[in-house]
Amino acid sequence: MTNHSSYNFTYDLNITHAPDAGGHFEANGTLFGGCFAAETLMQPLQEIEHAFIEAWADPEFHTERLDLLKNYAGRATPLYHAKHLTDEVGGAQIYLKREDLNHTGAHKINNTIGQALLARRMGKKKVIAETGAGQHGVATATVAAMFNMQCDIYMGREDIRRQAPNVFRMKLLGANVVPVDSGTATLKDAVNEALRVWVANCEDTYYIFGTAAGPHPFPLMVRQFHTVIGQEARAQCLEQAGKLPDVAVACVGGGSNAIGLLQPLQDDDIRLVAVEAAGHGLESGEHAAALAQGKPGIIHGSLSYLLEDKEGQVQGTHSISAGLDYPGVGPELAAMMEAGRLELDSATDDDALQAFQVLTKAEGIIPALESSHALAAGMRIAANIQPNQIVLINLSGRGDKDLNTVMDKLGFEDDTQGGAS
Amino acid sequence: MSCIPEVFKRCKAENRAALIGYLTAGDPDINTSKDLLLTLAKQVDILEIGMPFSDPMADGPVIQAASERALASGTHISDVFKLAQTVREANPDIGIVLMGYANTPFVLGFDNFSKQAVAAGVDAVLLVDIPPEEGDICDATFKQYGLDRILLLSPTSTDERIKLANKHASGFIYYVSLNGITGANIGEMASIRQKVDNIRTHTDLPICVGFGVKTPQQASEVAAFSDGVVVGSHFVGQIPTYAKKYKTMQSAINHAAQAMKTAIQA
Repeated sequence: MTNHSSYNFTYDLNITHAPDAGGHFEANGTLFGGCFAAETLMQPLQEIEHAFIEAWADPEFHTERLDLLKNYAGRATPLYHAKHLTDEVGGAQIYLKREDLNHTGAHKINNTIGQALLARRMGKKKVIAETGAGQHGVATATVAAMFNMQCDIYMGREDIRRQAPNVFRMKLLGANVVPVDSGTATLKDAVNEALRVWVANCEDTYYIFGTAAGPHPFPLMVRQFHTVIGQEARAQCLEQAGKLPDVAVACVGGGSNAIGLLQPLQDDDIRLVAVEAAGHGLESGEHAAALAQGKPGIIHGSLSYLLEDKEGQVQGTHSISAGLDYPGVGPELAAMMEAGRLELDSATDDDALQAFQVLTKAEGIIPALESSHALAAGMRIAANIQPNQIVLINLSGRGDKDLNTVMDKLGFEDDTQGGAS
Repeated sequence: MSCIPEVFKRCKAENRAALIGYLTAGDPDINTSKDLLLTLAKQVDILEIGMPFSDPMADGPVIQAASERALASGTHISDVFKLAQTVREANPDIGIVLMGYANTPFVLGFDNFSKQAVAAGVDAVLLVDIPPEEGDICDATFKQYGLDRILLLSPTSTDERIKLANKHASGFIYYVSLNGITGANIGEMASIRQKVDNIRTHTDLPICVGFGVKTPQQASEVAAFSDGVVVGSHFVGQIPTYAKKYKTMQSAINHAAQAMKTAIQA
C-alpha cells in the first residue's frame, strides 16, 4: 500500500514584492496603498506595523501560527481535481483550491489567526472587526472565543438581513454584533464605523481588518497571512499534475483570497485572473467592479481603485454576494493590474447563481456566492482553452451561509409536505 | 496669501484665543447654508467650511448627518467654493479653512482644487486623512498656491510625530482633544493642557484645540491655555434641532457662537 501524502507543508516565510516603507505599491508612477489615516490612528497603526515586523521575524510566532493553521483550521486545504466539472465544461482541467474546507468555512481564518496572535502579543484584550458576508466576522469571533478576547463585530444592517445564519453564529461564539445604519448600511459603512470605534478605543482594542485593503500595514499583513493559499496550491498542483497551472482565478471584493492565491504565483508564467462582481451587469451601473469600472481614489486609509463619482463621492454598489459588495479594492491588486500582471474578468449575479448550481450538482460541493463568481469566470476560461491546460480556481468559501439568498432567487418549493395539488 | 497668521496676531494683541467655528457646506441645503455660514462668519475669527463626503470616517453622528444632508440636497464641490467665496466677500479679514477628506481634492486634482480654493479666498486646507507621511501628494501644491496646510495632532501623537507635523504644517496646529471622533465628550482638561504645553515646546505655530468643545465653560477653559478653540458639532447640531425653521436655526447658531465668543474673551 502506498502512502498518501498528507501535507506537512513547509511555507516560505520570505516577504517578497514588499511595498515601500510607507506601504506603497508602485506601478506606472502611481503609488497605491499608503497610510491615509487620521492622526489619532497613526501611532496605533505604526505600533501594529512594528509588532508585525517583529512577530514575523520570530520563529515562535510562526510555530504557533502554523500549528493553529494546521490543527485548528485544518490546513493544508486540499487541491481537488474537479473531473466531473471539467467534463461538464469541456476544456481545460479544473482544479479547486478548497479554502471552503477551512474551519469556519472560508479562507478568512488564515488572517484572523495571524492577527489575533498579534493582538495577544501586543497585550490587547479586545478585538473588533467589520464584516460584509459575515465570514470575516465569524472567523474573528471564532478566534476571539478561542483566545478568550472580548469581540465586537460591526456589520451593515442590510448585510445582517441577508446573512442571518452568520449573525447567529457570531452571537453563539460570544461576539457582540453591532448593526451599522449609516450610509448604505453595507460593508464600507461597517469599516467606517469600526474605524471610528477603534479611534476612540485604540489603547486596549485591536482592529482585525478583514481584507488586504485599508491603511498600511493591513494590506501587507493580511496578504502575508493568506499567501499560504497560493503557496500550497502551487506545490500541490506540481505534485498532482506535474506542472503549474496555466491560469489562476479568484474572486475579488476587497481581495484577500485573490492576493493570497495570486501573489505567490506572480513570478511564474501563469495567467492571473481577478473576477469582480458584475451584479446586474457592468453596463447597468449596479455592480461592485472597482478594478474594471472604478478610478483611483482614497478610501479607508489607502489609495486604490474605487467606484466613485466625478467628485470623489463613493458610489453605492450591488452584488448578490455580500462579501463582494464593496466599492474599493486592495491596493496591491490595483498595482498588479496597473502593471499589466492581472487580467480582469467579472461575473454577474446570474452567472454566479448558475455556477453555484453547476458545481453543486457536478461535484457535490456547495460554494459560497463569492467563490461562485470565480467559478463562473474560471469555467468560461476553461471552456476556451485546451484539455492539457490547467485552470486553478480559488474556492474561497462554502455556500451554507448563502442558502437563504439562493432559495429566494431560485424559488425553492417545499414539496416534501405532500398533500395539496 | 493666507491671512491666518494675521488672525492670530490680532487675537494675541487682544490677549485672547481665537474662535474657530465649523459648519458643513450645503447643510441642510445650499441657500440655507449660505445664510448660516454668513451668520457664523460674523462671530468667529476663523471659519472652517466642511466639504461634504460620502464616507466621513473621522466624524461622529452629528457631522456625518450634516454630510448626508448636504449631499442629499445636491451640494457639489463647485457649491463649496461658491459658498466660501460668498463668505470671503462679506468678511475680508477672517480666516477660511476648507476641511474634509483626501478623496475630494485627490479626484479633482490637487492643482485644480488649489486654484479654485485660492480664487474663492480660502486660506488653508485641513484634510483629516492626509497625515504628514503622505504629504508628498499635496504639500508642494498647497505651498505653491499659498494655502496653509493645517495638521492634526492627538493624544496618541508622540514627540516624534509632533516634530514631524511641525515640519509639514503651516497656519496652525489643530489639537484633537480626545482619541475619538468629532462631537464626542471632551477629555480631561488637565491632560489636554499638559499635551498642549508639550506640543508648544516643539512648534512656534498657534495651537488650537477642538473635538468635543460643547459648552462656553469648556471653551473658556480651553482658551486659557491654547491659541484657539474649535467648535463644530455644537453648531452643526442646531441644524437638525430646528429642522426647516430656518430663521430659528440661524439665530440659534448666532446665539451659540456669541456665547462661545463671550466665554473665550472673558
